[in-house]
Amino acid sequence: MTDPAPAIELKGISKAFGPVQANKDISIRVMPGTIHGIIGENGAGKSTLMSILYGFYRADAGEVWINGNKTEIPDSQAAIKAGIGMVFQHFKLVQNFTVLENVILGAEEGGLLKPSLAKARGVLKHLAEEYELSVDPEQLIENLSVGHQQRVEILKALYRQADILILDEPTGVLTPAEADHLFRILDNLRKEGKTIILITHKLREIMEITDTVSVMRRGEMTATVKTAETSPEQLAELMVGRKVLLRVDKKPAAPGETVLDVDNLRHVDRHGVERLKGVSLQVRAGEILGIAGVAGNGQSELLEVLGGYAEGTGAVRLRGQEIALAGRGSDGQARRARSIAHVPEDRQTEGLIMSYTAWENTVFGYHHDPRYQSGPLMNNALIREEAAGKMERFDVRPPDPDLAARNFSGGNQQKIVLAREIDRDPDLLLVGQPTRGVDIGAIEFIHQEIVRLRDAGKAILLVSVELDEILSLSDRIAVMFDGRVMGERRPDETDQTELGLLMAGVTERPEGDAMSAIDRSLEAKETREAERHG
Amino acid sequence: MDFATILQVLDSTVRLATPLLLACLAGLFSERSGIIDIGLEGKMLAAAFLSAAIAATTGSVWWGLLAGIVGASLMSGIHGLASITFRGNQLISGVAINFLASGLTVLIAQDWFGQGGRTPSLMGGGRFESITLPLAETLRPVPVLGPIYAELISGHSILVYVAFLMVPATWWVLFRTRFGLRLRAVGEAPEAVDTAGVSVIGLRYAAIAICGLLCGLAGAYLATGLQAGFVREMTAGRGYIALAALIFAKWRPWYALYACLLFGLLQAVALRYQSIDLGGVVIPVQVMDALPYILTVVILAGFVGKAIPPRAGGEPYVKER
Repeated sequence: MTDPAPAIELKGISKAFGPVQANKDISIRVMPGTIHGIIGENGAGKSTLMSILYGFYRADAGEVWINGNKTEIPDSQAAIKAGIGMVFQHFKLVQNFTVLENVILGAEEGGLLKPSLAKARGVLKHLAEEYELSVDPEQLIENLSVGHQQRVEILKALYRQADILILDEPTGVLTPAEADHLFRILDNLRKEGKTIILITHKLREIMEITDTVSVMRRGEMTATVKTAETSPEQLAELMVGRKVLLRVDKKPAAPGETVLDVDNLRHVDRHGVERLKGVSLQVRAGEILGIAGVAGNGQSELLEVLGGYAEGTGAVRLRGQEIALAGRGSDGQARRARSIAHVPEDRQTEGLIMSYTAWENTVFGYHHDPRYQSGPLMNNALIREEAAGKMERFDVRPPDPDLAARNFSGGNQQKIVLAREIDRDPDLLLVGQPTRGVDIGAIEFIHQEIVRLRDAGKAILLVSVELDEILSLSDRIAVMFDGRVMGERRPDETDQTELGLLMAGVTERPEGDAMSAIDRSLEAKETREAERHG
Repeated sequence: MDFATILQVLDSTVRLATPLLLACLAGLFSERSGIIDIGLEGKMLAAAFLSAAIAATTGSVWWGLLAGIVGASLMSGIHGLASITFRGNQLISGVAINFLASGLTVLIAQDWFGQGGRTPSLMGGGRFESITLPLAETLRPVPVLGPIYAELISGHSILVYVAFLMVPATWWVLFRTRFGLRLRAVGEAPEAVDTAGVSVIGLRYAAIAICGLLCGLAGAYLATGLQAGFVREMTAGRGYIALAALIFAKWRPWYALYACLLFGLLQAVALRYQSIDLGGVVIPVQVMDALPYILTVVILAGFVGKAIPPRAGGEPYVKER
């Protein structure tokens, strides 16, 4: 028996955007019925490659072969016809349509909707049973959890009879339990002979589910290996081009006095929805408190209230001194005066002014400092000179203070924000999503800086949706769900599963199926929200 | 106020609501596809002028109607080119169309007919005649229902019936057909349509074409049905009122009918009662005339509930990486 033809074979794909070579002579073979991982840093060219495969871009050179036949893919229609389905990182769903309407959109049977809807209802029922892909077909998308919305995307592809499924960073928005369920679905699909391409920057996922893995760096395919024959360390090295420390290297914490004391903090947003429902926590000197949780459960609001972006009620004390939570003296300026530094979650809208230069960005928020004044004017020469020093110390590349913030990569933008905040030697550092969209190499550096600050006896409140990051950096972990702290754990006494349950609002380990307990909890939360809106 | 007067006011409501309804449904198709259209006014005006001019020249209202549709469609095409193909600002393009129509109609009319920017009065075959429905006269003696049928339902021009039939037709197209599903989707999430392998641009041009057709009917009705000829600025803000009705109706066809009837009623009342005496306080005619516009301002200022427009409205579609 001869080997079957590869489900997908790319031969010498190249694509340039102006002077930027996004893909350089890339070749892969993916065998049918396997899961192939593509891993690489941001901007390595993974998404460009997949966009070519899905007909969004045309390659400058190279060939695509599907099931042994050379195939032209000029547009998405052709990709669908060739049996390729794509699950994008940002879902392409119509929010106020039902699941069924979304599934049939573009794949209707005829001019009228009724027969198409009836057919889809039947197919969905069948798919739900076969692959653990159950969703209520009559439900509106906007009422579904993110995990269920993702299932709809997979159903859309399967309804179009896709044999090849591409998933772009599918777990970025999921709780660990939802991610586990997704992997079960993928495993079922593989057993049915479907071919899956999984694009991710998470090494753990690659190791867990893929059969083979390709590594991309700067538009080139640096290696393709069997997953069983590689290790996370080797993959990281292939991605970055040098040895990378995956574990954060830190000594046990030596916590001192309580720096931040938050007592029964509440916050109501401008839509009248209560986002913080009585949060209490403490952070001590020389300690990192990690806040874990699925995005949208109050962590952002916690940072905003503490950082002086939003008002709240309750009590917050810094070294025993009360801090104003509303009205005068509750703004960011007042917080900075109390030695609270803030690295906001969204560096592009809150942390930086993208069109301003790096040196200007290194002083925002601290520009009232008398040191930077020169009569009625600002002492720009001094600011610029100091900026160059900060950029050098924080390894910002390129180290050019005159470059606009938007011209730096995500990791280097983040380093500029960190340089500005950490350089003031704050007593308390609030830091949100420090490594979101940041390359592995820069992650290593940012983590080391945060740990260094801790070792210098500072208190750090870390918010991150990356559970790995929380587990490796934190000295204590508080899990937030629906505006409350569900519980505190020590990283060495807990695991992803327990944290994942807390993140879904389940406080006790369930006897039976963890997923159904999570579903129940999330449904209860959705009902509460619906009632509040109604 | 006796029964006959009420019937007359309602009859006039139906006539006055017709151009609003056609323009409102035109806007509905456009905005449901994600193209905001404040150029309804200009398209109607262009159609009103062209239909009156051609009807006056040829003596046939049908040629006039066709010319009106062509005129409005051309205007629609310009809007489409600017906002779909060249991804321009839809508001600016719409305003430009309004200015263009306002100036061009008078200029051409003056050059063509030399009557101070108006067309000659239409007579005979140059106007839409009212249609008497079967049995209208026979049923007239029947109490209540007879006069309603004979006065209110019968005796309008063909375009009035077309306008009212467009309501269920629009509903059916939007919610029961493949085209409607895709049209609604492209106004909410064009990226979903694009990734499903359907052309966003094609759908939006189709919506714009329907919008042009309906604006053409609306304008032609103004100049050849409601009135007998074109006068400058004869749309008198009806395009904006239709837009307000569209928001009031939350972009739904049946609600659009009710909203347009409400505006039509206000206009009819203002026409019928030039001043109203409310127990000594006389409301002057100017206030009555202003009522539809005041309601428009109130609606546009968002005082009437929460209207959620199509999510992708006003945004040119650009493929993301």
